[in-house]
Amino acid sequence: MHAFKYHRPSSVNDAAALVKGEAKLLAGGQTLVQTMKLRLASPSDIIDLGTIKDLAGIKSDGKTLSIGAMTRHADVAHSAEVKKAIPALAALAAMIGDRQVRAMGTIGGSVANNDPAADYPAALLALNATITTNKGKHEADKFFKGMFTTALAADEIITGVSFQVPRRAAYTKFKNPASRFAIVGVFVADFGGSVRVAVTGAGAGVFRQADMEKALAAKFAPESVANIKVKQDGLNSDMHASAEYRAHLVTVMAKRAVEAALK
Amino acid sequence: MAVKVSLKVNGKSVSAEVEERTLLVTVIRENLRLTGTHVGCDTAQCGACTVSMNGKAVKSCSMLAMQAEGADVMTIEGVAKPDGTLHPMQAAFKEHHGLQCGFCTPGMVMNAIDYAKHHPDPTEEQIREALEGNLCRCTGYHNIVKAIGAGARAMAAGK
Ligand SMILES: Cc1cc2nc3c(=O)[nH]c(=O)nc-3n(C[C@H](O)[C@H](O)[C@H](O)COP(=O)(O)OP(=O)(O)OC[C@H]3O[C@@H](n4cnc5c(N)ncnc54)[C@H](O)[C@@H]3O)c2cc1C
Ligand code: FES
Ligand code: FES
Repeated sequence: MHAFKYHRPSSVNDAAALVKGEAKLLAGGQTLVQTMKLRLASPSDIIDLGTIKDLAGIKSDGKTLSIGAMTRHADVAHSAEVKKAIPALAALAAMIGDRQVRAMGTIGGSVANNDPAADYPAALLALNATITTNKGKHEADKFFKGMFTTALAADEIITGVSFQVPRRAAYTKFKNPASRFAIVGVFVADFGGSVRVAVTGAGAGVFRQADMEKALAAKFAPESVANIKVKQDGLNSDMHASAEYRAHLVTVMAKRAVEAALK
Repeated sequence: MAVKVSLKVNGKSVSAEVEERTLLVTVIRENLRLTGTHVGCDTAQCGACTVSMNGKAVKSCSMLAMQAEGADVMTIEGVAKPDGTLHPMQAAFKEHHGLQCGFCTPGMVMNAIDYAKHHPDPTEEQIREALEGNLCRCTGYHNIVKAIGAGARAMAAGK
């Protein structure tokens, strides 16, 4: 790891004043520390958000569920508030990596990182989430820009994510057995009248599956998606799964997600 | 540049002058000479470096020492009683032969103790799920799973 200067700001404003040039924000470090060890990132400065108290926390008003950027995956997974408002989101957080990673990793870090196989981006997109930053707000639909790319400016800090509470929802993931990241993960959310389906792991970034959304809005049942064939064009092909296999998995995972949402 | 990091390790307040890029595991092993915490993969995969930080199992190779400023850290050396009596989880690993070479064992035990605090009577399936972040190249996990079940029940029984 290359040397850097370490900062421990006590507020978002202090942090914002420090993010410039080659500086980088540090959340849980579960991605960034490894990237720095591999020298894929060599920031001049590390700005640790870990001590900014008001960045972590969970609130719900029945219609929206808001989660602070520094809230750890484990805290989302175990939160009574999340389990009550959007149980599928608590279940998703419990599926991320392993328990040690979940103890440190944060929603803000995961969303900012936008790994094409990460879980949270699927939840944000399916639950029509709003990403709040120190500079304003982003709609999830316009936030994820493909592999490791988001609408965030280089000096923008995520402060929290607000999810719309659906009538019912579920997330199913076909895990990479080694990394636990999604080979394909599908989040289905029924808002009563409108349905959103978000797919992670399959392509260069998270995306919505419009044909499934339409079919499920007409009838929210597994058979509505069971025969929808997903095109393999543009999907990932690697040693773990071909594009053809991933395309097939999208349908299977979507069907299972609908089944789970109905339970 | 050297910075100072202060934390509690196994109940004792300690501080060290380190470079800002120093990992928590490096402070534990090299500054404090507590070499029970192992480095297997150095890439967040194997869990050999697992320690407890403020009561939660974390991978000490995947965080900066500076992230542990002010934290209460426990390593495998802090688990047994001062008179050498093994912690129930350690005793269960011994009893059920939950190790062969022993390289993964400190991380296994540290994760298992944290897990067992919240799961007093886990099923085999739950234990295997809880071990997602700990790799063992020797045992095939079977006896580790048995040991953790027995250790959890012993902890719950207050033995
Ligand atoms: C073994 C292992 C298995 C994993 N498995 C999964 C998995 O199954 N599914 C999954 O989704 N993820 C998985 N992850 C990734 C994990 O969820 C990470 O915690 C997450 O991607 C990054 O979160 P972090 O808090 O650790 O962020 P960091 O690593 O600290 O930061 C990541 C990036 O986000 C930026 N950043 C952080 N916070 C903010 C903020 N508030 N505003 C703006 N930018 C910010 C940082 O500058 C950095 O570029 C795994 C990781 C490991 C090590
Ligand atoms: S050495 Fe830390 S996870 Fe392998
Ligand atoms: S006992 Fe040898 S690695 Fe687990």
